[in-house]
Amino acid sequence: MSTLVKTEDEAMLADSARGFLDDAAPVRALRDLRDSGRAYDPALWKRICDMGWAGVLIPEEAGGVDMGHAAAGMLAHEMGRTLASTPFLSSAVIAVTILRRIGGERAKSAMAAIASGELTYALAIDEAHKFAPEATTMSAERQGNGFRLSGDKCFVVDGGFADRLLVLARTESGLTLFELPSDRTGITRTAQDMIDSRDAARIAFEDVEATGDDVLGQVGDAMTILKPALEAGQAALAAEMSGLAAGAFDMTLGYLKERKQFGQPIGSFQALQHRAAHLWCEIEVTASAILNAGRVLDGNPDEATLAVSLAKARATSTAQLAVMEGVQMHGGIGMTDEYDMGFYMKRARVSAEWLGDYGYHAEQVAALRGI
Amino acid sequence: MQGEDSLKAFRAEMRSWLEENCPQQMRDGRITDDAICWGGKNWTFSSESQRLWLERASARGLTVPRWPTEYGGAGLSRAEEKVFLEEMERINARPPLKSFGISMLGPALLQFGTPEQNRHYLPQIARGEIRWCQGYSEPGAGSDLASVQTRGEDKGDHWLVNGQKIWTSYADKADWIFALVRTDRDVPKHKGISFLLIDMGDPGVTTRPIRLISGASPFCETFFDNVKVPKGQIVGEENRGWDVAKYLLTHEREMISSGGTGLSGGRALGAVMAQMAGEPSAQDPTLRAAAIRCEVDALATGLTIERYKDMAEAGKGVGNASAMLKYMGTELNKRRHELIMSACGSDALEWDGPVGNRAADWLRTKANSIEGGTSEVMLTILARRVLGLPGS
Repeated sequence: MSTLVKTEDEAMLADSARGFLDDAAPVRALRDLRDSGRAYDPALWKRICDMGWAGVLIPEEAGGVDMGHAAAGMLAHEMGRTLASTPFLSSAVIAVTILRRIGGERAKSAMAAIASGELTYALAIDEAHKFAPEATTMSAERQGNGFRLSGDKCFVVDGGFADRLLVLARTESGLTLFELPSDRTGITRTAQDMIDSRDAARIAFEDVEATGDDVLGQVGDAMTILKPALEAGQAALAAEMSGLAAGAFDMTLGYLKERKQFGQPIGSFQALQHRAAHLWCEIEVTASAILNAGRVLDGNPDEATLAVSLAKARATSTAQLAVMEGVQMHGGIGMTDEYDMGFYMKRARVSAEWLGDYGYHAEQVAALRGI
Repeated sequence: MQGEDSLKAFRAEMRSWLEENCPQQMRDGRITDDAICWGGKNWTFSSESQRLWLERASARGLTVPRWPTEYGGAGLSRAEEKVFLEEMERINARPPLKSFGISMLGPALLQFGTPEQNRHYLPQIARGEIRWCQGYSEPGAGSDLASVQTRGEDKGDHWLVNGQKIWTSYADKADWIFALVRTDRDVPKHKGISFLLIDMGDPGVTTRPIRLISGASPFCETFFDNVKVPKGQIVGEENRGWDVAKYLLTHEREMISSGGTGLSGGRALGAVMAQMAGEPSAQDPTLRAAAIRCEVDALATGLTIERYKDMAEAGKGVGNASAMLKYMGTELNKRRHELIMSACGSDALEWDGPVGNRAADWLRTKANSIEGGTSEVMLTILARRVLGLPGS
């Protein structure tokens, strides 16, 4: 019976991830990317793939290590802690969850290519300013044996560099998921200059031809395979946000101990002690929801909605509290670009919106709890 | 860790045991004051079913599932206990017995008691024969527990105890009290305290209820006037009672914290909201938004209690971090009852109105963040001992 405690293997994975990221991808690395006008570091991703992280959800016969969603969450947590900018969620979590459900030789070789870092994926769902997959309007019209896709997607995270796109569109018979190379004729990608300095793109589809082979799962039945993948992504994103909150909190706690005012460390003031302790409590409570989501996804994936939405809702509010308190307790220096807190604040805001905000997920919880 | 198979078999065993032994009347969700059995010499069973349920559960060790069988428990692992509780919840079964003996004194005895003490006291607690209360707080002390003034003078074969305790929950119904008593005045305040077990029937012990804003009261004042306490009734070492008290407090915090999660008291908030469906308050967007946020927090807090128990089971004790459970759980409970009052509107404002005594429950919760150490004290414990922030 799985418990809400890290297994030894999970603890070792998380420890080694922490060691690696502190060295190879500290917040400084994100700052350097931003300052050099880039949003993604392929060399870092390659090193991460070499360590097997991209294969955390991939079966062994397809070149993965198959450790499960709880373990994937632990990797995401560590990446969130240092704000590492990688396609882990899009490729190793969301795309892999879809490919695993599809199965077959083609999916197997695609997973192997993800594990090795040869291929990256991005998920193109959003069309308006809020996450609403069921409201997708992008059209996929029947044309002979295939389809013709037209419409615009926005906030496609990792969409600027991904080799392949997972695109949700509406056919006559309902929502359908397509897998397309990102350089197919008719696809135009425009970088969105996001506040968190990570990659995101607007993607225009103009009469893009797709064949039956490009359809993942059944035509008109995208949600059957997409829903579990979205939930896997939401859980991992929640875990990443918990890492982000922990990273911001560590900075704040360090500052409370070191910064002196009125001749004393400011961390000795009760007003600040209580705020810091409250924030720690929120982080600790959220950690339980996140580990639970991973365990449920591993043990009972078809009934994971409550656990996942609980995790994403809690992670969203906790990360936002952590960065707001972080800036406040740092005082003016927290507002400067020179200081890293701003990076945490911006990532928290972007992550809050990606794959459903607090309201979206709290509403899912409410629906399942009869409120 | 146990295999899935043996747990599956255990689940089946518990399911059929409950089916056979838990009386139908003990399976309804309505929890009133006398619905849950607290045991003790003066307990009046509210029904024959309640008596039977206690008798059968205690005979099987299931009033204290985790305790060793030699002390009246069932010797279950944490995983097995979880299965048992899930099966109880599945049929909406009431706990057969609840008491401070089970939740607080028992764990402390298991940790600090002598084998003789354990053999004597623990089975009586498990069978609900003796009801205990806690003598910690004193007038003027508040959360500053270590400022204990009640004196215990060494008289050779016994201590002579004099002083007063306050906020002694259910002291008027209790048979025995576990109390902190100052046995040395000449050392720093944490060092001169002993942990004594005192029979409330002994000459010199008197108790008086304190009426609260909720009308009724679980709280009392207890007075000790030249009470003779035999030397064998000390738990732990003389003058080291603070260690026992601290250990016990972590259990108390855990117990109080579960109040607001819906894990112990059913799904009050969701149920109230569901009942209101179609009524104006159910459509009030402000109320609904607050209820949803409360539900999200309650579920996550409930999982945290589970996680901390899992960690304790895995030998990764959380120590002072348990102050988090107390703080978060009780603040949540207050929010939850505030929302229930809003949802029920004027129906909830009568002492015994159309929706029962919601007002008394709501008033009672206001003490949650005071009793067992205030929320502010919990935050200070976390800041200093968990986060390592400096003292002022």
